[in-house]
Amino acid sequence: MLQLTADLRDAMVATCVRALPEEGCGLLLGSSDGVVMEVVASVNVAHSARVYEIDPRVLLHTFRRADDEGVMVMGVFHSHTHSEPRPSPTDVAQAPDPSWHYVLVGLREETTQVRSFRIENGVVSEESVEIR
Amino acid sequence: MAAVVRIPTVLRPATGGATLVSVEGSTIGDVLESLTTTYPAIRGQLLNEDGTLHRFLNVYVNDDDVRYLGGVDAPVADDDEITLLPAVAGGAH
Repeated sequence: MLQLTADLRDAMVATCVRALPEEGCGLLLGSSDGVVMEVVASVNVAHSARVYEIDPRVLLHTFRRADDEGVMVMGVFHSHTHSEPRPSPTDVAQAPDPSWHYVLVGLREETTQVRSFRIENGVVSEESVEIR
Repeated sequence: MAAVVRIPTVLRPATGGATLVSVEGSTIGDVLESLTTTYPAIRGQLLNEDGTLHRFLNVYVNDDDVRYLGGVDAPVADDDEITLLPAVAGGAH
């Protein structure tokens, strides 16, 4: 299960809306049991509506800060602007860490969707998202 | 010359759990070759068959991304800290 506040959910959605027409993305800091403590927005350095890549500088600074502060980089979020908000074959092939939570922000429909998935050995499973 | 390489969580199974590894080398290419000699299981995640950097690996010397420092030719000095981080990327298809 992914647990986060409405403010953190809204921060992810706002990052993705601001990135339109490109995909938006960022990292999640928190605990290994799925509690999100901070959303770190990134520029999508792929600058594309079909692919995303977290800015390597954001990646380095976020991992360093996590080490310093004793928290974990525990996931990543990105938007799908024109397709269903679930991991694509590309997302699955490039998933960097089986312990992470992979959040998809769906912007295709009128109502924004926020869904979370685990990706382990190429197998995708959806988990519930609890707004605290 | 010896630099310290910081190993990311996902690559630690290939280094027997080591987080910081001291490695000899005067360029990033030397350092990664030396690292993969010590830990052969890590090679496929760092380098392509031709010795170039894997597309989905970020390598930093201190604060700088080596893509802007010459890639595998980027110079490494004593006491530099080299950080390896898998790229975080994906796509809609």
